[in-house]
Amino acid sequence: MSLNIDQIRGLFPVLHQEVHGKPLIYLDNAATTQKPQSVLDALSTYYSHDNSNIHRGAHALADRATRYYEETREAVQEFINSKESAEIIFTKGTTESINLVAQTFGRKFIGKDDEIIISTLEHHSNIVPWQMLCEEKGAILKIIPITESGEIIFEEFQKLLSPKTKLVSIVHASNALGTINPVKKIIDAAHEVGAKVLLDGAQSTTHLEIDVQDLDCDFLAFSAHKLYGPTGLGVLYGKREILEAMPPFLGGGEMIKEVTFEKTTYNVIPFKFEAGTPNIADVIAFKSSLDFIKGLGKKNIKNHEDDLLAYSNELLTSVKGFIPVGTAIEKVSVLSFNIKDMHPFDVGVMLDANGIAVRTGHHCTQPLMKRLGIDGTVRASFAVYNTKLEIEKLAESVAKIARIKNK
Amino acid sequence: MSSIKDIQDEIVSEFEILGDDKESTIFYIMELGASLDAFPEEERKEENIIKGCQSKVWLVADEQDGKINYKADSNTDITKGLISLLLRVLNNRKPEEILNAELDFVSRIGMGSIIGSQRSNGFASMIKQIKLYALAFQTKQNV
Ligand SMILES: Cc1ncc(COP(=O)(O)O)c(C=O)c1O
Repeated sequence: MSLNIDQIRGLFPVLHQEVHGKPLIYLDNAATTQKPQSVLDALSTYYSHDNSNIHRGAHALADRATRYYEETREAVQEFINSKESAEIIFTKGTTESINLVAQTFGRKFIGKDDEIIISTLEHHSNIVPWQMLCEEKGAILKIIPITESGEIIFEEFQKLLSPKTKLVSIVHASNALGTINPVKKIIDAAHEVGAKVLLDGAQSTTHLEIDVQDLDCDFLAFSAHKLYGPTGLGVLYGKREILEAMPPFLGGGEMIKEVTFEKTTYNVIPFKFEAGTPNIADVIAFKSSLDFIKGLGKKNIKNHEDDLLAYSNELLTSVKGFIPVGTAIEKVSVLSFNIKDMHPFDVGVMLDANGIAVRTGHHCTQPLMKRLGIDGTVRASFAVYNTKLEIEKLAESVAKIARIKNK
Repeated sequence: MSSIKDIQDEIVSEFEILGDDKESTIFYIMELGASLDAFPEEERKEENIIKGCQSKVWLVADEQDGKINYKADSNTDITKGLISLLLRVLNNRKPEEILNAELDFVSRIGMGSIIGSQRSNGFASMIKQIKLYALAFQTKQNV
Protein backbone atom coordinates (compact mmCIF):
# COMPACT_ATOMS: atom_id res chain seq x y z
CA MET A 1 0.00 0.00 0.00
CA SER A 2 1.37 3.40 -0.78
CA LEU A 3 0.74 6.09 1.78
CA ASN A 4 -0.96 9.43 1.28
CA ILE A 5 1.90 11.63 2.45
CA ASP A 6 -0.02 14.91 2.10
CA GLN A 7 -2.65 13.59 4.42
CA ILE A 8 0.00 12.39 6.88
CA ARG A 9 1.69 15.80 6.83
CA GLY A 10 -1.64 17.32 7.78
CA LEU A 11 -1.40 15.49 11.10
CA PHE A 12 1.82 17.28 12.09
CA PRO A 13 1.23 20.93 13.02
CA VAL A 14 4.92 21.73 13.47
CA LEU A 15 5.73 20.98 9.83
CA HIS A 16 3.64 23.89 8.58
CA GLN A 17 5.88 26.84 9.27
CA GLU A 18 8.59 28.95 7.72
CA VAL A 19 12.15 29.34 9.00
CA HIS A 20 14.31 32.20 7.72
CA GLY A 21 11.52 32.99 5.28
CA LYS A 22 11.58 29.52 3.69
CA PRO A 23 9.17 26.63 4.20
CA LEU A 24 10.55 24.27 6.84
CA ILE A 25 12.01 21.04 5.52
CA TYR A 26 12.60 18.88 8.56
CA LEU A 27 15.30 16.28 7.89
CA ASP A 28 16.63 15.77 11.40
CA ASN A 29 14.43 12.83 12.22
CA ALA A 30 17.20 10.60 13.53
CA ALA A 31 17.65 13.19 16.29
CA THR A 32 13.95 13.32 17.05
CA THR A 33 10.76 12.95 15.06
CA GLN A 34 7.85 15.38 15.09
CA LYS A 35 4.63 14.49 16.91
CA PRO A 36 1.23 13.97 15.29
CA GLN A 37 -1.81 15.85 16.60
CA SER A 38 -3.14 12.67 18.24
CA VAL A 39 -0.10 12.58 20.54
CA LEU A 40 -0.51 16.26 21.42
CA ASP A 41 -4.21 15.68 22.07
CA ALA A 42 -3.49 12.69 24.28
CA LEU A 43 -1.16 14.79 26.42
CA SER A 44 -3.69 17.54 26.75
CA THR A 45 -6.57 15.13 27.44
CA TYR A 46 -4.61 13.40 30.14
CA TYR A 47 -3.92 16.62 32.02
CA SER A 48 -7.43 17.98 31.41
CA HIS A 49 -9.36 14.88 32.43
CA ASP A 50 -7.36 12.08 33.95
CA ASN A 51 -4.40 13.52 35.82
CA SER A 52 -3.76 11.36 38.83
CA ASN A 53 -0.99 9.29 40.31
CA ILE A 54 -0.99 5.68 39.28
CA HIS A 55 -0.85 2.33 41.02
CA ARG A 56 -2.02 3.97 44.23
CA GLY A 57 -5.20 5.42 45.62
CA ALA A 58 -8.49 3.72 44.87
CA HIS A 59 -10.34 6.58 43.22
CA ALA A 60 -11.76 6.79 39.74
CA LEU A 61 -9.11 9.07 38.25
CA ALA A 62 -6.26 6.97 39.60
CA ASP A 63 -7.86 3.87 38.21
CA ARG A 64 -8.30 5.48 34.83
CA ALA A 65 -4.75 6.84 34.67
CA THR A 66 -3.38 3.47 35.77
CA ARG A 67 -5.41 1.68 33.14
CA TYR A 68 -4.22 3.99 30.33
CA TYR A 69 -0.63 3.76 31.54
CA GLU A 70 -0.78 -0.01 31.49
CA GLU A 71 -2.47 0.01 28.10
CA THR A 72 0.62 1.68 26.68
CA ARG A 73 2.71 -1.06 28.21
CA GLU A 74 0.57 -3.59 26.38
CA ALA A 75 0.85 -1.59 23.17
CA VAL A 76 4.64 -1.64 23.49
CA GLN A 77 4.52 -5.37 24.12
CA GLU A 78 2.62 -5.77 20.88
CA PHE A 79 4.92 -3.31 19.08
CA ILE A 80 8.02 -5.43 19.76
CA ASN A 81 6.16 -8.73 20.27
CA SER A 82 7.49 -9.53 23.70
CA LYS A 83 6.07 -12.53 25.47
CA GLU A 84 4.42 -10.48 28.20
CA SER A 85 3.93 -6.86 29.13
CA ALA A 86 5.80 -7.30 32.42
CA GLU A 87 8.97 -7.40 30.36
CA ILE A 88 8.44 -3.76 29.33
CA ILE A 89 10.03 -1.16 31.62
CA PHE A 90 9.49 2.55 31.12
CA THR A 91 12.60 4.70 31.42
CA LYS A 92 13.69 8.21 30.43
CA GLY A 93 15.06 7.00 27.12
CA THR A 94 17.58 4.76 25.42
CA THR A 95 20.37 6.26 27.48
CA GLU A 96 18.70 5.45 30.78
CA SER A 97 17.72 1.99 29.58
CA ILE A 98 21.33 1.13 28.78
CA ASN A 99 22.56 2.62 32.04
CA LEU A 100 19.94 0.62 33.91
CA VAL A 101 21.31 -2.61 32.45
CA ALA A 102 24.90 -1.55 33.17
CA GLN A 103 24.13 -0.62 36.77
CA THR A 104 22.02 -3.66 37.63
CA PHE A 105 22.74 -6.59 35.33
CA GLY A 106 26.29 -5.36 34.82
CA ARG A 107 27.11 -4.83 38.48
CA LYS A 108 25.74 -8.19 39.46
CA PHE A 109 26.87 -10.42 36.62
CA ILE A 110 30.01 -8.84 35.19
CA GLY A 111 33.24 -9.10 37.11
CA LYS A 112 36.98 -8.80 36.85
CA ASP A 113 38.44 -9.85 33.47
CA ASP A 114 34.98 -10.51 32.03
CA GLU A 115 34.45 -9.03 28.58
CA ILE A 116 31.84 -6.78 27.05
CA ILE A 117 31.69 -6.39 23.28
CA ILE A 118 30.41 -3.29 21.51
CA SER A 119 31.05 -2.05 17.97
CA THR A 120 32.79 0.90 16.34
CA LEU A 121 29.37 2.20 15.27
CA GLU A 122 28.07 2.88 18.78
CA HIS A 123 26.45 6.05 20.04
CA HIS A 124 28.21 7.43 23.14
CA SER A 125 25.29 6.20 25.24
CA ASN A 126 26.25 2.64 24.35
CA ILE A 127 29.93 3.25 25.08
CA VAL A 128 30.24 5.31 28.23
CA PRO A 129 28.03 3.20 30.57
CA TRP A 130 30.20 0.17 29.74
CA GLN A 131 33.42 2.08 30.22
CA MET A 132 32.16 3.14 33.63
CA LEU A 133 31.26 -0.44 34.48
CA CYS A 134 34.59 -1.80 33.22
CA GLU A 135 36.45 0.73 35.30
CA GLU A 136 34.52 -0.21 38.40
CA LYS A 137 34.77 -3.97 37.91
CA GLY A 138 38.05 -4.45 36.09
CA ALA A 139 36.16 -5.86 33.12
CA ILE A 140 37.35 -5.41 29.54
CA LEU A 141 35.65 -3.62 26.66
CA LYS A 142 36.19 -5.08 23.19
CA ILE A 143 35.32 -3.29 19.98
CA ILE A 144 34.09 -4.86 16.74
CA PRO A 145 35.87 -3.18 13.81
CA ILE A 146 34.07 -1.94 10.69
CA THR A 147 34.77 -1.66 6.99
CA GLU A 148 35.14 1.60 5.09
CA SER A 149 31.50 1.36 4.06
CA GLY A 150 30.46 1.33 7.71
CA GLU A 151 29.58 -2.35 8.18
CA ILE A 152 30.81 -4.44 11.08
CA ILE A 153 33.22 -7.22 10.17
CA PHE A 154 31.40 -10.32 11.35
CA GLU A 155 34.45 -12.59 11.30
CA GLU A 156 36.26 -10.17 13.60
CA PHE A 157 33.29 -10.23 15.93
CA GLN A 158 33.44 -14.02 16.03
CA LYS A 159 37.10 -13.84 16.97
CA LEU A 160 36.29 -11.58 19.92
CA LEU A 161 33.73 -14.00 21.32
CA SER A 162 34.87 -16.34 24.07
CA PRO A 163 33.56 -17.82 27.32
CA LYS A 164 34.77 -14.58 28.93
CA THR A 165 32.21 -12.60 26.95
CA LYS A 166 29.36 -11.73 29.29
CA LEU A 167 27.53 -9.19 27.18
CA VAL A 168 27.34 -7.98 23.60
CA SER A 169 25.76 -4.52 23.44
CA ILE A 170 25.26 -3.39 19.91
CA VAL A 171 23.39 -0.80 17.92
CA HIS A 172 20.68 -2.25 15.68
CA ALA A 173 20.79 0.64 13.20
CA SER A 174 23.53 3.27 13.30
CA ASN A 175 22.36 6.83 13.93
CA ALA A 176 25.39 8.34 12.19
CA LEU A 177 25.49 6.19 9.05
CA GLY A 178 22.21 4.30 8.93
CA THR A 179 23.89 0.87 8.74
CA ILE A 180 21.59 -1.96 9.81
CA ASN A 181 23.60 -4.55 11.70
CA PRO A 182 23.00 -8.30 11.14
CA VAL A 183 21.68 -8.58 14.67
CA LYS A 184 20.08 -11.99 14.35
CA LYS A 185 23.44 -13.53 13.45
CA ILE A 186 25.15 -11.55 16.19
CA ILE A 187 22.67 -12.67 18.82
CA ASP A 188 22.93 -16.32 17.84
CA ALA A 189 26.72 -16.25 17.88
CA ALA A 190 26.80 -14.48 21.26
CA HIS A 191 24.37 -16.97 22.78
CA GLU A 192 26.59 -19.81 21.69
CA VAL A 193 29.28 -18.64 24.11
CA GLY A 194 26.69 -17.90 26.80
CA ALA A 195 26.76 -14.10 26.47
CA LYS A 196 23.66 -11.93 26.76
CA VAL A 197 22.84 -9.39 24.06
CA LEU A 198 21.51 -5.84 24.39
CA LEU A 199 20.24 -4.13 21.25
CA ASP A 200 20.30 -0.34 21.04
CA GLY A 201 17.09 0.09 19.09
CA ALA A 202 16.97 3.90 19.23
CA GLN A 203 17.09 4.12 15.43
CA SER A 204 15.81 0.73 14.35
CA THR A 205 12.45 0.65 16.13
CA THR A 206 11.04 3.47 14.04
CA HIS A 207 12.01 1.92 10.70
CA LEU A 208 12.10 -1.86 11.09
CA GLU A 209 9.68 -4.55 12.21
CA ILE A 210 10.91 -5.69 15.61
CA ASP A 211 10.12 -9.07 17.09
CA VAL A 212 12.15 -9.62 20.24
CA GLN A 213 11.09 -13.26 20.49
CA ASP A 214 12.22 -14.00 16.99
CA LEU A 215 15.44 -12.02 17.42
CA ASP A 216 15.91 -13.63 20.83
CA CYS A 217 17.73 -10.55 22.16
CA ASP A 218 18.00 -10.37 25.94
CA PHE A 219 17.50 -6.60 26.14
CA LEU A 220 16.21 -3.93 23.78
CA ALA A 221 16.52 -0.21 24.52
CA PHE A 222 14.72 2.56 22.64
CA SER A 223 13.28 6.08 22.94
CA ALA A 224 9.71 7.25 22.38
CA HIS A 225 10.76 10.59 20.92
CA LYS A 226 12.23 8.96 17.82
CA LEU A 227 8.94 7.13 17.30
CA TYR A 228 6.70 10.17 16.85
CA GLY A 229 6.23 10.13 20.62
CA PRO A 230 7.00 12.38 23.60
CA THR A 231 10.51 13.31 24.76
CA GLY A 232 12.05 12.04 27.96
CA LEU A 233 10.49 8.59 27.69
CA GLY A 234 11.99 5.30 26.68
CA VAL A 235 11.67 1.58 27.03
CA LEU A 236 13.81 -1.21 28.26
CA TYR A 237 12.70 -4.66 27.23
CA GLY A 238 14.29 -7.56 29.04
CA LYS A 239 13.57 -11.25 29.24
CA ARG A 240 11.63 -12.08 32.39
CA GLU A 241 14.16 -14.44 33.93
CA ILE A 242 16.97 -11.95 33.48
CA LEU A 243 14.98 -8.98 34.80
CA GLU A 244 13.96 -11.02 37.81
CA ALA A 245 17.54 -11.91 38.57
CA MET A 246 18.63 -8.28 38.37
CA PRO A 247 18.71 -6.06 41.47
CA PRO A 248 16.56 -2.89 41.40
CA PHE A 249 17.95 0.23 39.72
CA LEU A 250 16.74 3.17 41.83
CA GLY A 251 16.30 2.59 45.54
CA GLY A 252 12.94 2.79 47.25
CA GLY A 253 11.08 -0.12 45.81
CA GLU A 254 11.55 -2.45 48.75
CA MET A 255 10.79 0.27 51.25
CA ILE A 256 7.57 1.03 49.42
CA LYS A 257 6.50 -2.52 50.07
CA GLU A 258 6.49 -1.88 53.76
CA VAL A 259 4.69 1.42 53.88
CA THR A 260 1.96 1.50 51.26
CA PHE A 261 -1.43 -0.05 50.67
CA GLU A 262 -1.96 -3.47 49.28
CA LYS A 263 -2.63 -2.16 45.81
CA THR A 264 0.70 -0.39 45.63
CA THR A 265 2.96 -3.10 46.97
CA TYR A 266 4.67 -4.02 43.74
CA ASN A 267 8.16 -5.20 43.68
CA VAL A 268 7.76 -7.68 40.90
CA ILE A 269 8.82 -6.73 37.39
CA PRO A 270 8.30 -4.30 35.76
CA PHE A 271 7.51 -2.17 38.83
CA LYS A 272 10.74 -3.08 40.55
CA PHE A 273 12.45 -0.88 37.97
CA GLU A 274 9.99 2.00 37.96
CA ALA A 275 10.61 3.65 41.32
CA GLY A 276 8.90 6.93 42.00
CA THR A 277 6.08 8.62 40.09
CA PRO A 278 6.81 7.87 36.46
CA ASN A 279 6.31 10.02 33.39
CA ILE A 280 2.60 9.19 33.32
CA ALA A 281 1.39 11.72 30.76
CA ASP A 282 4.05 10.88 28.21
CA VAL A 283 3.60 7.16 28.68
CA ILE A 284 -0.12 7.51 28.04
CA ALA A 285 0.44 9.74 24.99
CA PHE A 286 3.03 7.30 23.65
CA LYS A 287 0.22 4.88 22.90
CA SER A 288 -1.06 7.35 20.30
CA SER A 289 2.36 7.31 18.63
CA LEU A 290 2.31 3.54 18.47
CA ASP A 291 -1.25 3.64 17.13
CA PHE A 292 -0.11 6.13 14.50
CA ILE A 293 2.69 3.82 13.35
CA LYS A 294 0.46 0.75 13.47
CA GLY A 295 -2.22 2.55 11.49
CA LEU A 296 0.21 3.30 8.67
CA GLY A 297 1.98 -0.03 8.87
CA LYS A 298 5.73 -0.28 9.41
CA LYS A 299 6.24 -1.94 6.04
CA ASN A 300 4.58 0.97 4.29
CA ILE A 301 6.59 3.48 6.29
CA LYS A 302 9.82 1.64 5.49
CA ASN A 303 8.97 1.45 1.79
CA HIS A 304 8.35 5.17 1.64
CA GLU A 305 11.54 5.96 3.55
CA ASP A 306 13.56 3.58 1.37
CA ASP A 307 12.23 5.40 -1.69
CA LEU A 308 13.30 8.73 -0.23
CA LEU A 309 16.76 7.40 0.60
CA ALA A 310 17.24 5.94 -2.87
CA TYR A 311 15.99 9.15 -4.47
CA SER A 312 18.32 11.32 -2.37
CA ASN A 313 21.27 9.11 -3.26
CA GLU A 314 20.38 9.30 -6.90
CA LEU A 315 20.10 13.10 -6.93
CA LEU A 316 23.10 13.82 -4.74
CA THR A 317 25.56 11.40 -6.34
CA SER A 318 25.75 13.69 -9.35
CA VAL A 319 26.61 16.75 -7.22
CA LYS A 320 30.25 17.70 -7.66
CA GLY A 321 32.10 17.41 -4.36
CA PHE A 322 29.47 15.14 -2.74
CA ILE A 323 31.09 12.47 -0.54
CA PRO A 324 28.69 9.90 0.91
CA VAL A 325 29.69 8.61 4.35
CA GLY A 326 28.40 5.13 5.18
CA THR A 327 27.45 3.10 2.15
CA ALA A 328 26.30 -0.12 3.76
CA ILE A 329 23.97 -2.25 1.69
CA GLU A 330 21.38 -2.49 4.44
CA LYS A 331 20.48 0.97 5.72
CA VAL A 332 17.70 2.85 7.43
CA SER A 333 16.80 6.23 5.95
CA VAL A 334 19.90 8.15 7.01
CA LEU A 335 21.99 10.01 4.46
CA SER A 336 25.32 11.05 5.93
CA PHE A 337 27.70 12.99 3.72
CA ASN A 338 30.41 15.59 3.39
CA ILE A 339 31.18 18.18 0.75
CA LYS A 340 34.72 18.27 -0.51
CA ASP A 341 36.76 21.07 1.12
CA MET A 342 33.85 22.22 3.25
CA HIS A 343 33.23 21.78 6.94
CA PRO A 344 29.94 20.06 7.84
CA PHE A 345 29.00 22.97 10.14
CA ASP A 346 29.19 25.41 7.27
CA VAL A 347 27.05 23.18 5.09
CA GLY A 348 24.53 22.81 7.92
CA VAL A 349 24.25 26.56 8.47
CA MET A 350 23.78 27.13 4.75
CA LEU A 351 21.09 24.46 4.60
CA ASP A 352 19.36 26.03 7.58
CA ALA A 353 19.33 29.32 5.69
CA ASN A 354 17.41 27.42 3.03
CA GLY A 355 14.88 26.22 5.58
CA ILE A 356 16.37 22.73 5.72
CA ALA A 357 16.98 21.22 9.15
CA VAL A 358 19.78 18.65 9.27
CA ARG A 359 22.25 17.55 11.92
CA THR A 360 25.95 18.26 11.55
CA GLY A 361 28.92 17.12 13.59
CA HIS A 362 29.94 13.82 15.12
CA HIS A 363 26.40 12.66 16.04
CA CYS A 364 27.60 11.42 19.45
CA THR A 365 29.77 8.85 17.69
CA GLN A 366 33.25 10.33 18.06
CA PRO A 367 35.12 6.99 17.92
CA LEU A 368 33.31 6.18 14.67
CA MET A 369 34.24 9.56 13.15
CA LYS A 370 37.83 8.97 14.22
CA ARG A 371 37.81 5.55 12.57
CA LEU A 372 36.54 7.12 9.35
CA GLY A 373 39.13 9.88 9.62
CA ILE A 374 36.65 12.76 9.56
CA ASP A 375 35.53 15.53 11.93
CA GLY A 376 31.89 14.87 11.31
CA THR A 377 29.24 14.70 8.64
CA VAL A 378 26.09 16.38 7.47
CA ARG A 379 23.21 14.04 8.19
CA ALA A 380 19.81 14.17 6.56
CA SER A 381 17.42 11.61 8.02
CA PHE A 382 13.97 10.91 6.69
CA ALA A 383 10.65 10.10 8.30
CA VAL A 384 7.27 9.10 6.98
CA TYR A 385 6.11 12.71 6.45
CA ASN A 386 9.00 13.68 4.18
CA THR A 387 8.36 14.04 0.47
CA LYS A 388 10.22 13.63 -2.78
CA LEU A 389 9.81 17.34 -3.34
CA GLU A 390 11.70 17.97 -0.10
CA ILE A 391 14.48 15.65 -1.29
CA GLU A 392 14.67 17.66 -4.52
CA LYS A 393 14.97 20.88 -2.50
CA LEU A 394 17.69 19.27 -0.40
CA ALA A 395 19.62 18.18 -3.49
CA GLU A 396 19.22 21.61 -5.09
CA SER A 397 20.50 23.38 -1.99
CA VAL A 398 23.39 20.97 -1.49
CA ALA A 399 24.38 21.44 -5.12
CA LYS A 400 24.32 25.21 -4.71
CA ILE A 401 26.39 25.05 -1.52
CA ALA A 402 28.87 22.56 -2.96
CA ARG A 403 29.56 24.89 -5.90
CA ILE A 404 31.16 27.40 -3.51
CA LYS A 405 34.18 25.12 -3.24
CA ASN A 406 33.68 22.73 -6.15
CA LYS A 407 33.43 24.80 -9.29
CA MET B 1 43.58 54.48 11.19
CA SER B 2 39.81 54.58 11.69
CA SER B 3 38.45 54.24 15.18
CA ILE B 4 36.92 51.07 16.50
CA LYS B 5 33.58 52.77 16.36
CA ASP B 6 33.95 53.80 12.71
CA ILE B 7 34.94 50.34 11.59
CA GLN B 8 32.02 48.83 13.41
CA ASP B 9 29.65 51.29 11.75
CA GLU B 10 31.18 50.36 8.42
CA ILE B 11 30.55 46.66 9.03
CA VAL B 12 27.00 47.31 10.12
CA SER B 13 26.22 49.22 6.95
CA GLU B 14 27.76 46.46 4.82
CA PHE B 15 25.49 43.95 6.47
CA GLU B 16 22.52 46.26 6.05
CA ILE B 17 23.00 46.11 2.30
CA LEU B 18 22.67 42.33 2.48
CA GLY B 19 19.28 42.79 4.12
CA ASP B 20 17.34 39.99 5.77
CA ASP B 21 18.40 37.22 3.46
CA LYS B 22 20.20 34.79 5.67
CA GLU B 23 21.76 32.88 2.82
CA SER B 24 23.51 35.84 1.22
CA THR B 25 24.67 37.00 4.64
CA ILE B 26 26.33 33.64 5.24
CA PHE B 27 27.83 33.63 1.75
CA TYR B 28 29.31 37.02 2.53
CA ILE B 29 30.74 35.87 5.85
CA MET B 30 32.31 32.85 4.17
CA GLU B 31 33.89 35.04 1.53
CA LEU B 32 35.37 37.22 4.24
CA GLY B 33 36.81 34.06 5.75
CA ALA B 34 38.55 33.20 2.51
CA SER B 35 40.39 36.53 2.63
CA LEU B 36 41.81 35.93 6.09
CA ASP B 37 45.64 36.11 6.23
CA ALA B 38 47.36 32.75 6.18
CA PHE B 39 47.96 31.30 9.62
CA PRO B 40 51.51 30.17 10.46
CA GLU B 41 51.54 26.36 10.32
CA GLU B 42 53.91 26.05 13.28
CA GLU B 43 51.31 27.77 15.51
CA ARG B 44 48.59 25.29 14.65
CA LYS B 45 48.92 23.41 17.93
CA GLU B 46 46.76 22.37 20.81
CA GLU B 47 47.69 25.20 23.20
CA ASN B 48 46.57 27.84 20.69
CA ILE B 49 43.07 26.41 20.33
CA ILE B 50 40.31 28.43 21.92
CA LYS B 51 38.17 26.35 24.25
CA GLY B 52 34.43 26.78 24.02
CA CYS B 53 34.26 27.02 20.26
CA GLN B 54 32.27 24.31 18.51
CA SER B 55 34.52 24.59 15.51
CA LYS B 56 38.27 24.70 15.99
CA VAL B 57 39.77 28.15 16.36
CA TRP B 58 43.48 28.92 16.68
CA LEU B 59 44.60 32.32 17.89
CA VAL B 60 48.06 33.79 18.44
CA ALA B 61 49.24 37.35 19.07
CA ASP B 62 52.45 39.31 19.11
CA GLU B 63 53.37 42.90 19.76
CA GLN B 64 54.95 45.45 17.44
CA ASP B 65 55.58 49.07 18.42
CA GLY B 66 53.15 48.80 21.31
CA LYS B 67 50.37 47.43 19.12
CA ILE B 68 49.02 43.90 19.06
CA ASN B 69 49.01 41.83 15.93
CA TYR B 70 46.62 38.87 16.02
CA LYS B 71 46.60 35.90 13.72
CA ALA B 72 43.74 33.41 13.77
CA ASP B 73 42.30 30.55 11.82
CA SER B 74 39.47 28.05 11.94
CA ASN B 75 38.53 24.76 10.32
CA THR B 76 35.17 26.19 9.23
CA ASP B 77 34.71 29.00 6.75
CA ILE B 78 31.89 30.74 8.59
CA THR B 79 33.99 30.95 11.74
CA LYS B 80 36.89 32.25 9.66
CA GLY B 81 34.61 34.97 8.37
CA LEU B 82 33.61 35.94 11.88
CA ILE B 83 37.27 36.03 12.90
CA SER B 84 38.10 38.29 10.00
CA LEU B 85 35.42 40.74 11.13
CA LEU B 86 36.76 40.74 14.67
CA LEU B 87 40.32 41.25 13.55
CA ARG B 88 39.27 44.03 11.18
CA VAL B 89 37.96 45.87 14.23
CA LEU B 90 40.65 45.00 16.75
CA ASN B 91 43.91 44.21 14.98
CA ASN B 92 46.96 46.48 15.23
CA ARG B 93 45.76 48.49 18.15
CA LYS B 94 47.13 49.30 21.57
CA PRO B 95 46.18 46.92 24.38
CA GLU B 96 44.07 49.49 26.21
CA GLU B 97 42.08 50.26 23.08
CA ILE B 98 41.29 46.57 22.71
CA LEU B 99 40.44 46.17 26.35
CA ASN B 100 38.10 49.16 26.28
CA ALA B 101 36.46 48.23 22.99
CA GLU B 102 32.66 48.04 23.11
CA LEU B 103 31.90 45.49 20.44
CA ASP B 104 28.35 46.40 19.53
CA PHE B 105 28.55 45.41 15.86
CA VAL B 106 28.00 41.84 16.92
CA SER B 107 24.49 42.46 18.16
CA ARG B 108 23.79 45.22 15.62
CA ILE B 109 24.21 42.85 12.68
CA GLY B 110 22.09 40.25 14.45
CA MET B 111 24.89 37.74 14.76
CA GLY B 112 22.87 35.51 17.07
CA SER B 113 20.26 34.69 14.46
CA ILE B 114 22.90 34.36 11.76
CA ILE B 115 25.11 31.85 13.49
CA GLY B 116 22.83 30.33 16.11
CA SER B 117 23.27 30.32 19.86
CA GLN B 118 25.93 27.61 20.07
CA ARG B 119 28.28 29.48 17.82
CA SER B 120 27.49 32.75 19.54
CA ASN B 121 29.04 31.23 22.64
CA GLY B 122 32.10 30.31 20.65
CA PHE B 123 32.25 33.84 19.30
CA ALA B 124 32.15 35.19 22.85
CA SER B 125 35.05 32.90 23.79
CA MET B 126 37.02 34.30 20.87
CA ILE B 127 36.49 37.88 22.05
CA LYS B 128 37.45 36.88 25.57
CA GLN B 129 40.68 35.30 24.37
CA ILE B 130 41.54 38.38 22.28
CA LYS B 131 41.06 40.57 25.34
CA LEU B 132 43.10 38.20 27.51
CA TYR B 133 46.02 38.64 25.12
CA ALA B 134 45.58 42.40 25.29
CA LEU B 135 45.61 42.26 29.06
CA ALA B 136 48.78 40.18 29.07
CA PHE B 137 50.56 42.61 26.75
CA GLN B 138 49.37 45.60 28.73
CA THR B 139 50.70 44.07 31.93
CA LYS B 140 54.02 43.41 30.24
CA GLN B 141 54.24 46.99 28.92
CA ASN B 142 53.62 48.37 32.37
CA VAL B 143 56.33 46.42 34.08
C1 LIG C 1 21.72 4.87 18.21
C2 LIG C 1 21.34 5.72 19.37
N1 LIG C 1 21.54 5.27 20.61
C3 LIG C 1 21.19 5.99 21.68
C4 LIG C 1 20.62 7.24 21.58
C5 LIG C 1 20.26 8.00 22.81
O1 LIG C 1 18.87 8.20 22.90
P1 LIG C 1 18.26 9.17 23.99
O2 LIG C 1 19.01 10.45 23.89
O3 LIG C 1 16.83 9.29 23.62
O4 LIG C 1 18.48 8.51 25.32
C6 LIG C 1 20.41 7.76 20.31
C7 LIG C 1 19.84 9.12 20.13
O5 LIG C 1 20.38 9.97 19.49
C8 LIG C 1 20.78 6.98 19.18
O6 LIG C 1 20.57 7.44 17.94
